[in-house]
Amino acid sequence: MDFSLTKEQIALKVEFEAFFREEMKNAPPDIGHVHESDAAFDFHRYMMKRLGEKGWIAISWPEEYGGSGRPLMDHYLFNTVRASFGAPGIDQFGAEMYGPTVLLAGSEEQKKRLLPPIARGEVVYCQGWSEPNSGSDLASLKTSAKRDGDHYVVNGQKIWNTGGNRADRIFMLARTNPEEPRGKGLSIFSADMRSEGIEVRPIEYMDGRGEVYNYNEVWFTNVRIPAEDRIGPENAGWKITRETMNFERSGIGGFIMVEQMLEKLVDYCKSARRNGKLLAEDPSVRLKLAEIYAELQAKRTIADRIAWLQDSAGSHKIPPHYASEGKVMGTELIQKVTYLATELLGRHGQVTKSEWTKIKGVAESFYMCVGANIYAGSNEIQRNITAWAGLGLPRFS
Amino acid sequence: MDLGFTEEEEMLRDAVAEVLDKGAPFDKVKEIEMTAEGYDPALWQQLAELEMLGIFFPEQYGGSDLPFIHVAIVMEELGKRAIHCPYMSTVVESGLLITEGGNDRQKEARLPRIAAGELFMSCAFYEEEGGYSKECIQMEAVKDGNDWVLNGSKLFVPDANIAEALIVAARTEEGITLFLTDTRASGVRLDKIPTVGMDNLCRVKFHNLKVSEVLGEVGRGWELVEKVAGKFAAAKCAEMVGGMKTALEMTVGYSKEREQYGRPIGGYQALQHYMANMLMAYDTSFNYLYKVIWKIDASRDYAVDAAALKAYVNQSYNYVAERSIQIHGGIGTTRECDIGLFYRRAKACEYAAGDTRHHLENVAAAMGL
Repeated sequence: MDFSLTKEQIALKVEFEAFFREEMKNAPPDIGHVHESDAAFDFHRYMMKRLGEKGWIAISWPEEYGGSGRPLMDHYLFNTVRASFGAPGIDQFGAEMYGPTVLLAGSEEQKKRLLPPIARGEVVYCQGWSEPNSGSDLASLKTSAKRDGDHYVVNGQKIWNTGGNRADRIFMLARTNPEEPRGKGLSIFSADMRSEGIEVRPIEYMDGRGEVYNYNEVWFTNVRIPAEDRIGPENAGWKITRETMNFERSGIGGFIMVEQMLEKLVDYCKSARRNGKLLAEDPSVRLKLAEIYAELQAKRTIADRIAWLQDSAGSHKIPPHYASEGKVMGTELIQKVTYLATELLGRHGQVTKSEWTKIKGVAESFYMCVGANIYAGSNEIQRNITAWAGLGLPRFS
Repeated sequence: MDLGFTEEEEMLRDAVAEVLDKGAPFDKVKEIEMTAEGYDPALWQQLAELEMLGIFFPEQYGGSDLPFIHVAIVMEELGKRAIHCPYMSTVVESGLLITEGGNDRQKEARLPRIAAGELFMSCAFYEEEGGYSKECIQMEAVKDGNDWVLNGSKLFVPDANIAEALIVAARTEEGITLFLTDTRASGVRLDKIPTVGMDNLCRVKFHNLKVSEVLGEVGRGWELVEKVAGKFAAAKCAEMVGGMKTALEMTVGYSKEREQYGRPIGGYQALQHYMANMLMAYDTSFNYLYKVIWKIDASRDYAVDAAALKAYVNQSYNYVAERSIQIHGGIGTTRECDIGLFYRRAKACEYAAGDTRHHLENVAAAMGL
């Protein structure tokens, strides 16, 4: 067993760190997620270009498609450092989901046409998967794509789409075979968001300000998508999606969020007094903080394991339950440390971003964490996958 | 980064597994734990022949001088069979203390005999208060010429019933000192304490016992203990990770066979989610264990991680074992069903090498709290 990094990997990490340290000086103050404000999104675009120039968006893709042709472990190190700076600049949909899908299932022409702009950070994608009646049961989705000459005509409604109001393109699943009600009738497409017939309607999050999640409904009315923008064979979309949905699921970003929140919370407890006593001296506080520390250290090893499995296999494809485990543990630990923070803050635990904020990010995380257990495959679905794929338990129909 | 095992490590695991598969089926484990000796001498001899009992000792003292990961692999395999044997008390704990703190004569006198399977030893540290810190050690050693005299009781001393010698921690004017004592001396009285683990925990009473041999320096015994405490915890965690693996496998296997409402119960989501949680508890415990073991072998700082690991594995193993019983249903609560072994061992292991609160308090201190 060897958890250490090579000299080259350490040097690379130092290079990433120096880059982000410098570039993050240009970030808008108190930057949150990339869709929080126009200023935040502009900075995201700027960082995409910068990362594209460095060749770090597509570190592990082959050079012929705009990548840097480096090992997957370098990608993991990059994600680790980027998360620790809370830096934007990676389009999670284009660089981390659609790009790898094209790499796996696209034609040579599609790879050469679609991948380099993603690698250069020039294009922002959004995702069209969920529908109002197809959430956890995604394969039941109904948005239709009917072949019409060298085009498909798409009709339907997508939901829980992040960033569609600002994205250039959408990649999506649509039903090409209405006779097949489930996965066997689905295909993968991508479309220009400015296409005629696409309408984006924002959904207001419970905070009423869009500071936490920024998501939309995307309506398709007779949208014409060129057939050359279908990825993979017709009706093979679900099979491909199942293989690609686990890309970049080391979950390291989530664990780093926990680490940073825990550090801030520990600092707070060292200086905050309650009933005349430092919180840090309260045995129940000490035990709770230490317990999260232990959980974090244990659980983040799953990210190491995923990165190593992918790196040594030279492929993103890993036993899918590891990715599910990482998602469940990362999101639930963020929730645990956030709720502990709101508890230890006392009445300040309810304050949103303002002059009364005691620990930055707690209120945002309070809003965020409850959604994180749902998005990208609810934690119940992830546990099902863990049980089926990780333990071979029977799947009742 | 390379998170796989070497071929040599795999071979060692296979060799131990072969011996244990033959020598320690669950029926045998349950039979042995009811005996006064609480261990299987034949199996111990086989482990000696495999050269498992001096695995990390220097070669000059009959050992193989192998990295600590080999200890973890042996402990993991023992844990998988829920078997009690004196490996932790004799090889790991006493062996480490003597290797780290003993002089040449002490090493020469004991390590080769341990490696050959001829000598059992154990550590008698803790007392009535039940804690693990230095402050919990109240027993005094009173100076008497060149010797010391011990009076008092030690609790939860593992395998004292079969040990020939004990390493006893007691207070002297200079501080806590470790004494090497002979259990067969007339001033020593042993009683086995009944515990859920049925794993040879004893009370050892000392009445005017004269001792003359000190392990390490007088007054600096606790520093020696703290130096190796992280390795004790990591080794114990390896046993626990092994136990978790078998409990999970048995439970998943059972849930695929057992049918209710005409279908295997393992297909029901309520149970699947328990088992998914159990797999996560196991995977993370396994990964973190070997990360700590790597730190030990790579001579990196591991004390805080070893403490965090033990706290985490304590909770994880107990969770896995308890849910295993739940999923087995009524049969899981019986002596006939082997899953109960793991429920009992999980609890016993929780206290060995530091309980959850002890380790979390150490973690909190390291966090600057």
